[in-house]
Amino acid sequence: MALENMHLLVGVDSSSLMAGARTIKEELEKEISRQGLSENVKVLETGSLASSEKNVVLLVYPEGIYYGNVTIDDVEEIVEEHLKKGRPVERLKIEPESGPAARSVSLTPDKRREELSSRVVLEDVGEISPDEIDEYIAVGGYEALGVVLEEGMKPEELIELVSDSGLRGRGGAGFPTGLKWSFTRKAEGDKKYVVCNADEGEPGTFKDRLILEGDPHRIIEGMALCGYATGADEGLIYIRGEYDLSIERAQHAIDQAREYGLLGKDLFGSGFDFDLEIVQGAGAYVVGEETALLNSIEGKRGYPRVKPPFPANSGLFGKPTTVNNVETLANIPPIVLNGPNWFKSFGTENSPGTKVFTILGHVNDPGLVEVPMGTTLNDIITDYAGGMRGRPFKLAQLGGTAGGILDEEMLDLPMDFDTMAEHGVTLGSGAILVMDRSTSVRKMLQSFMNFFRHESCGQCIPCRDGTSKLYQLATDLVEGKGKKNHIEDMIRIAESMEATALCPLGQSPIQPISGLVKSFRGELEEGIKNRVES
Amino acid sequence: MSSGLEAQLDGKVERIADKYDRERQNVLAMLHELQEETVGNYVKERDLEKLAQLLDLAQSDLQSVISFYSMFSTRPRGKYIIRVCESGPCSLMGSDSVFDALKEKLGVDIYGTTEDGLFTLEPSSCLGVCAVAPAMMINDETYGNLTRNKIGEIIEYYREKEETENAADEKGE
Repeated sequence: MALENMHLLVGVDSSSLMAGARTIKEELEKEISRQGLSENVKVLETGSLASSEKNVVLLVYPEGIYYGNVTIDDVEEIVEEHLKKGRPVERLKIEPESGPAARSVSLTPDKRREELSSRVVLEDVGEISPDEIDEYIAVGGYEALGVVLEEGMKPEELIELVSDSGLRGRGGAGFPTGLKWSFTRKAEGDKKYVVCNADEGEPGTFKDRLILEGDPHRIIEGMALCGYATGADEGLIYIRGEYDLSIERAQHAIDQAREYGLLGKDLFGSGFDFDLEIVQGAGAYVVGEETALLNSIEGKRGYPRVKPPFPANSGLFGKPTTVNNVETLANIPPIVLNGPNWFKSFGTENSPGTKVFTILGHVNDPGLVEVPMGTTLNDIITDYAGGMRGRPFKLAQLGGTAGGILDEEMLDLPMDFDTMAEHGVTLGSGAILVMDRSTSVRKMLQSFMNFFRHESCGQCIPCRDGTSKLYQLATDLVEGKGKKNHIEDMIRIAESMEATALCPLGQSPIQPISGLVKSFRGELEEGIKNRVES
Repeated sequence: MSSGLEAQLDGKVERIADKYDRERQNVLAMLHELQEETVGNYVKERDLEKLAQLLDLAQSDLQSVISFYSMFSTRPRGKYIIRVCESGPCSLMGSDSVFDALKEKLGVDIYGTTEDGLFTLEPSSCLGVCAVAPAMMINDETYGNLTRNKIGEIIEYYREKEETENAADEKGE
């Protein structure tokens, strides 16, 4: 049987690596060569193809057949039966619904189509090989950069385009991206930098990891566009020290882009120079704060700086610097290619576009999903995360440990920057930790406070002392040793931290505390000694 | 220690410093590499002193950088560093019992190193694999959906691997 141009994609991510994805890939290549099929079949690595429950997942094109839980012992059979004889191995087949969707979450076919059609940021993840620049180019990659540079679009015009799209920063704060760029553009300086913040440390968040693992060239392109717009010729990607695969893939992508002349001198013959380096972090949550990140890149302790001056005026090595989150940058190439109006067709008026959420905790199908801004939590849990796991919903924390609390009554609120802010919640990084009725609110409060205590960098006193004190007070509640006015004390301390701490770490504990107090005061008070029973 | 070996070790610090142009901004990369190349997964006082000299920095300055980042250590650790996530999502899904199972299996407390020098147990903030919580990392490998049984199997896997490697080494000699 003549088989031409078959592609075998091996899903490689942190989870499938531990199930032996790389070894299986090597074995596949050996077996394919042994059976004399090397001319016809190409084995490629791609990003996450399915949930970890499926371990190593393969995708065979042109048929689009998925195999799950593949082990080294299955390799010979797959090559012999499917690749050589054209008979798919039925016992290993998994449904595509639980296949590619599960690199996000499992969906019904209808919902899956809907989710795929609204993908902006994740459109290539799992579809192309992150190690092959040609594949990115084949799906329109580097076209945005080419169009801007070859047509001689002015930097100011590019900034205006991004401003018109209404894109707001996806790292947490939701600051308008175009406006941020315009500050750096206007800043005076012979040298400027672009920094990609991939120090993704907010608990419950791993969207940036999947973007970097699955589509690293998109970030390179986004950074080059940012560099052109702001007048920077040098970029740095600061990646968490724990994200080995992200670092490996991004480095490989940078090397390839240099080879293709898409990084370096005189890009597209326009006279614009731009190059990139990776900086590997070393484990410090606070470094996700942009000025702490800059100190860390300079090889110093990752202490946040006093603002102002803002990085746009005095950033890395004192030079004007734009710091953007991975997901923000991933939005740039499609916005440039398709225009602001296309982007505004997703999401809500004040929060256009999509948002990548990571949904976790007591749901049937934890994972990653990209939906239009303004989707409700109820929809995400029911339609995208397979519903609650057993017990009914009690609460969710949105935006990581520094985030606010959604209770049952807030399930149907549109999740966008402004609606959430009205309810005292920030969209943050997009992590959603769902908790059912078995959850002890006091224990969760203690866990959150433990996190802040552990991650406080100790530079400013309100945060250093406040986080320890809050942890002690939360622990007292868990142990039933709370005192009269215990809850008021916690709020008072957290509020004074919000007013006086140097950076968002110390300013954040008030969010989960006030949210929990608002919705679950009674349960928290159960931890107060000798409380008067009502 | 023979002077030959001493020179060789000093050569390591110099080589790493030179690789990164002896520039301060590359300190994190140098420390990562120095630590990886040191038996016991840590940065030696002597190496630190040498590196400070080469970069023309105060040793206290470098010390302050090391102490800030949780991935660096100035004390010898096991060959394998086990980092157990204790952040919200993992805590909700049972990281406490992961710690319990590991403490029991390894016979050490948090930050402890096993007597055979194989494992060090450390708590960690979010590892970014929350969809498979509770999770841990052993050096560069990530393990999720942990249960007591699975933890036992994983530790046994590393112990067996070590035995095989040792046996191979002995054969080689």
